[in-house]
Formats: sequence, structure tokens, C-alpha cells
Amino acid sequence: MSAPFLSQAFKENAVDALANVELQRALGHVERGFIQKRQKAVDALPEFDALRHEARAIKDHTLSHLDLYLEAFEGKARQAGAEVHWAETAADAREAVLSICRRVGAKTVTKGKSMISEEIGLNAFLEKSEIKPIETDLGEYIIQLRGEPPSHIIAPAVHVNRDQVEADFRRVHTHLDPKRDLADPVSLLSEARATLRDMFLAADVGITGANFLVAETGSSVIVTNEGNGDLTQILPRVHIVLASIEKVVPTLEDVSTLLRVLARSATGQELSVYTTFSTGRRRPGDEDGPEETHVILLDNGRSEMLANEFREMLRCIRCGACMNHCPIYHAIGGHAYGATYVGPMGAVLAPGLFGLENTANLPNASTFCGRCESVCPVEIPLPKLMRHWREREYERHLKPAAERNGLRIWAFLARRPKLYRLATRIGLKALHPFGRRRGRFSSLPLAGGWTGHRDMPAPAKTSFIDQWKARS
Amino acid sequence: MSQRETVLGKIRRGLASAKTAEARRDAVAQRLGQHPANTVPARGHVGQQARLDLFAKMAGKVSATVERVASASDLPETVAEYLRARNLPSDLRMGADRRLADLPWEKVPQLEVKHGPSDGRDHVGLSHAFGGAAETGTLFLLSGPDNPTTLNFLPDHHVVVVRASDIVGDYETLWNRLREHSGDDVLPRTVNLITGPSRSADIEQTLLLGAHGPRALHILIVEDA
Repeated sequence: MSAPFLSQAFKENAVDALANVELQRALGHVERGFIQKRQKAVDALPEFDALRHEARAIKDHTLSHLDLYLEAFEGKARQAGAEVHWAETAADAREAVLSICRRVGAKTVTKGKSMISEEIGLNAFLEKSEIKPIETDLGEYIIQLRGEPPSHIIAPAVHVNRDQVEADFRRVHTHLDPKRDLADPVSLLSEARATLRDMFLAADVGITGANFLVAETGSSVIVTNEGNGDLTQILPRVHIVLASIEKVVPTLEDVSTLLRVLARSATGQELSVYTTFSTGRRRPGDEDGPEETHVILLDNGRSEMLANEFREMLRCIRCGACMNHCPIYHAIGGHAYGATYVGPMGAVLAPGLFGLENTANLPNASTFCGRCESVCPVEIPLPKLMRHWREREYERHLKPAAERNGLRIWAFLARRPKLYRLATRIGLKALHPFGRRRGRFSSLPLAGGWTGHRDMPAPAKTSFIDQWKARS
Repeated sequence: MSQRETVLGKIRRGLASAKTAEARRDAVAQRLGQHPANTVPARGHVGQQARLDLFAKMAGKVSATVERVASASDLPETVAEYLRARNLPSDLRMGADRRLADLPWEKVPQLEVKHGPSDGRDHVGLSHAFGGAAETGTLFLLSGPDNPTTLNFLPDHHVVVVRASDIVGDYETLWNRLREHSGDDVLPRTVNLITGPSRSADIEQTLLLGAHGPRALHILIVEDA
């Protein structure tokens, strides 16, 4: 079993998304909410840019010593009573989780929000093994009820409207009075809180992700606003942490720097409400907390990215700012990408994890406007990395024949300047008179794919080179 | 070959560093041993009164309520008054922390004080914080029998006592104090950095308080300590 590869249908998905009225209504919240909140938080901290440069340097330093920091983390975590498991593939990580759950006879498992869990398709796998996974982050809970994957890495249910949540709660929470009033969002929140509270207390195992691992102390760090990740890890007897290998950072000072840019970039908060450092298991004398802690370190393609031109992607701290600022994401939302990771960061990460042959559409889903790179708290050159994937796509003959031939013709002309200029002159002569009146075309032969969704600007009368010559 | 050796082997091959193995190990050992600070926001670097003001302002911004208490011996009455003002039942739960246990609770005989971790049936949890960071109005709480972690999350109201002298400018200062406190350089099982009461914006990006954790966070700053 592997993550579903709906990315191949990206173009069809995007067309459907543009026509989906409910989705378009929900997407309005992304553009309105996240961008302003981030800017306000950034403006309130004069050191923000300095912190970004340092955050980048911390991750670069760690990545170039990754083996050593992972070993240091492992040693400290073991010293504090955690068991550390290594998993090369998604299947290895799933098996590691299952064998722990089986050994302790787990029936239900509560879960804090974890993108690694989504990446490895853990919920479906546990269900097949007759273990019930319960998502406890409100957004994750909503999409679990709806049987959907997350559409955003930090706001998984951002594509869902309030009235849809109400309908889902009425459908699933059949133990409650069908006539209850759920018009106020607060009543939805209270209902989820009450329903999940019993599940927290009854769960056998709690699974969380990790925003960071700290090599100095052997700690895993999660950030949440709801407190669900904490109830997930302190109430059950067993706590499992799912973390990918690039989450490790050296010291408490380094994690502090990263935390300062994470929440501000993500939700525009100065700091998330709950930032929790968990180190090993319950200590002698402790009256609460897990009796067993396991940390699963997942590779799943990351060590290959470390070796190639995509290493910079491993700096990502999953804040979601790139998708919050992406015009493509604003237009179509996350599901159209058809991958666990969406938006600009997904367009670079997904091909590395799930194979370019499954996800080649994603690096093409960009206008290269550069907003993603400009807001990235660890300065990942996302457009450049998308371009690298496009080059590989071309080299591996993954593009359709028509596109390859078009590029080939263009390349032939571009290498012959005289011929190129002649061709542009002919093209301009042919097109300019028709577009002169309106300044744009609403339809053009051979360009239906473009003009079907927007007008093509009409060209000037003469080419840039000719105009330049005329000036001098 | 174990998964561990497979993954570490792939990482090492991928890195193919120009530096010698020894230089790499030294760089890591140095970073971990010296844990140098990076840029620390200047906003917390002010005198003590201004720092307390900043802490209160930042905590207030994220919907915590802050009250200054002149003396620790006033705490039982202050806490009882908090419960009364909100029409809460007259009981609370706390851990074994001497800084709380030794308070003159006999001053408020109507208040029932329970001890130990919460099972989810308590209205109010009372904790003593290790410290506070003024830069974001953040409390640091340590797990253990003194202040069980369940008290931070299960009760609807979380009341946290913090000494004025433990409110510092930034996270780095508290990490250094914690390193001194823990000695053997192992952190307690859980260190909770808490910045305001629980919330969610998962429904239409509208901020709502009281998701899974406490609906209210009340911070009592003790000024004589």
C-alpha cells in the first residue's frame, strides 16, 4: 500500500476545483487570513530577517552533519528511556507502529496531527489491522469523518465550510440530540471536545508527529494550539513519535530560533499555544505521562535528496507559508495536487518522496511568481527546485509528445538567431493586426488550452530587438 | 543489515563531505557542548518591571489573564476569589510542589484542595511554573510529581503561579536555568511551553478558545519571590 497518486490527474482536478463553488468559498479564508496575520507578526519582530538567515544556517549545518546529529539524538533519547526505531521506507514505519500496537494489545489509537502519518498512509493500514485510529486535531478529525486527505499541511480542513462541518457532525454524532443547535462554530468546537475527551482517556496508544528532534537532549518537540497533541501523548500508556530524519536540530538554542520563525510564518502567532518537549518516558516518581515512548525515524527517500540538488528542500519546517501565498493554491486548493504535500513545498517534496513519474505535474503547477521563496522562513529556493524537477521531467521523456516537439522546434529556432528573428517578425505581422483593436485575443488557433481560461495578450507591432535597434 | 545501518549508510554516502570524519565529529561535539545562542530578540532585554509588563502584555494578547500578587501568602485567597468570581465549584487540584503545598490554605477553609494528577473530572488545575519568557508571554512548566502534566491540559481552568524573579526576557535564559536545575543534562519527561489558553481556527479560520485544553489560563505573578 502506498499514498494515492492522484497527481497524474492534476489538470482534471484543477478544472474541477475551479468549478467547485463550496471549495472556492472556503479558499477565500486562506488568502484573507494567513497572509495578513503573517505580515503583522513579521512586522512586530525587527529581528525576523536575521532569524530567517540563522534558521537556514542551522538547518544547513545540521543536514551536512545529519548522521552524527541523528546518532547523538538517538543516544540521548535512549538514555531518557525512549526506544528508537529506524525505518527506511513507509512500509517499514507502518510495520514498526503495528508491532508496537500489537504487542501492547491496542484497540484504539489517538493521534496528534502528523504529516508523516499521512505520508505513510498509517490510518488505512491500522484500520485493516483492526486497530481504530482517532484523529484528535479538530481539522484532522473533520476530514477523517469526511474520509478525505488533508488539503493543507497546517490547516487540514481549510477546504471545508462551517455548514459542511455541521452536516458531518450530525451524520456521525448520532448519540446526540438531532435537534441541537449547531449554528454557532463554538458549539461545533464544544461537541468535538466532548466527543474526543472520552476517546483520549480510553486510548491504548497515542501517536504524534514531531516538529523537531533535539540532538542535545533527545527530545521530540510538537507545536499545537488545541492541546490535542499533549492529551494524545500523556494519557495513553504508550507514546509513539513519528519523525522523519531531517527533523533533528542540534540544541535548545537552535530549536528556539526555529520556533521563532515557525509560528509567525505559519499562523502569524508569536508562538503556538502549546510547544511541548518530550524526552523519553515517565520518570520514577512521576504520576502521569507515558510508561513507554518510541521514536520512529523515517527516511523514505530523504537520504537520496540529501545527496542531490534537492537537499535544500530538507530545510523545510512545514509552516505552510508557501501555500498560503501561492496563487495556484489560492485558485485550486490542496486536493487538486493529489499528494500528501501540496502547494510549492509539495511540488518539490512530493516528486522526491513518491517518484517524479507519479507527480510530474506538480512542479509545473507554478507561475514562478516567487512569493513562496520570499516568505519561506528557511529560504528554500522553491522555484529553482521546481525548475530542476522540470528539467528531469524533460530528460526522462515524461512530457507529452506535443509539448516535447513544441520545445524542440523552439530550441531549433532559439539556437539560430537570424532564423528566430525572421520567425518572430512573421508571427508579429500575422498576429498584430487582429489583436490591435482589443489588445488581446479571446481565442486563437492552436492555443485553446490558454485562451479557454484567459485572454492572450496581443503582441506589439515589432519585436523588442527591432524596437531597441530603432532607438539607437 | 539493520534498518539503522541502512539509513545511516545512505545518509553518509549522500553527504560525501569534504571535511574529515574527525573535523565533522568535532564540529558536532562543539555545537552540542557549547550550545551557542543565536540572535535573541531585543524586546525582552529590559529592566525587571518593564519585563514583567511585557510578559503581562504578551500573555494578555493571547487571551491569558494575568494578576500580580504582592506576597505568596496571599495566593490561597486570590485563587479562591478567582473561583468565586467565575461561579466555579470550590475545589481545585494540584501536585506536590512545596511552593504550593506550604501556602496557608487554612485561610480559605471552604476551598477543597485535591492532590495528584487529573483524571479529567477537575474544573481547576493549579500549577507552579518553572519560569516565564517575557518575549511572548510564555510559561515553562516541568512534569513530575510536583506539577503533573495532566493538570496543564484536562481541567477547564488552568491557574499557574510564577515567581516574578523567574520571569526572564527570552527562552534561552530559561533553557540555561533548566540546564542548571536538571544537572545531569536530561530534561524532565515533559517541558510544556504554554502561551495562552487552548484554541482552534480549524473551522473557517475563525479563532475559537477552548479546543481540547483549558478554556481559560490565569497567571498569578508572585512579586515577593
